[in-house]
Amino acid sequence: MPVPILKQGDFLIATVQSALSDREVLQLQDDLAERVGTFRSRGVIVDVTALDMMDSFVSRAFRSMALMAKLKGADTVIVGIQPEVAFTLVQLGLTLEGVNTALDLEEGLEFLRSLKRRRRNDGR
Amino acid sequence: MGDEVRVPIVYDTDIVAARTEGRRLALELGFSKTDATLVATAISEVARNILVHAREGVITISGLLDEDIAEITVVASDEGPGIRDIDLALRDGYSTAGGLGLGLPGVRRLMDEFIIASEDGKGTEVTLTKWHRR
Repeated sequence: MPVPILKQGDFLIATVQSALSDREVLQLQDDLAERVGTFRSRGVIVDVTALDMMDSFVSRAFRSMALMAKLKGADTVIVGIQPEVAFTLVQLGLTLEGVNTALDLEEGLEFLRSLKRRRRNDGR
Repeated sequence: MGDEVRVPIVYDTDIVAARTEGRRLALELGFSKTDATLVATAISEVARNILVHAREGVITISGLLDEDIAEITVVASDEGPGIRDIDLALRDGYSTAGGLGLGLPGVRRLMDEFIIASEDGKGTEVTLTKWHRR
């Protein structure tokens, strides 16, 4: 099942609904990269509340996703990482380096809005 | 209790099937949600190793309930090319497949016991075990 991606103003919100196969993870990566361009988005939120595990493959895919979005001018926030998933990531030695994270969708949105405000104030 | 599940690994969706079975069995054996997640993640890593390096193989998951201990064992076996240098494969950051090189060393940290047997050209068998006191 593909991950639905909603457009919300300047932002894209991808909500993972269930466990993802590797192919679905790569599909999400491609879809997001394409839509960031199409919609000229400035921020991407990936909600992983429904993900019951993140292994090295998923974590690498999220890092690439964030990097690709960044190259197109959008910031990425991963929200909703479950406590036991976070614990496993730490044990695996996966740091999600370069990826922003927030507790939930609301905090993710707030994070992206504050980045936007800061940019505007900086005149960038 | 001698529950055993065998999941052939041929497609990427089989990785999901294997880790789902692992989580289910771990929870059934009374492991915590965190431990069940560790087991599911370890299965995901070794199942993907099968697909990437050997194209196909089998994951066998079995549980054992003793009077005061519960045990879950995962065996990942394939008849792929084998691992030439096991020490190197277990080192953080080493990868032959363009990954992060955190797969096997990571799995070792997730589980209580980790045994790897591999013969160059003949395949690999990884055995993972996790226990918990009941």
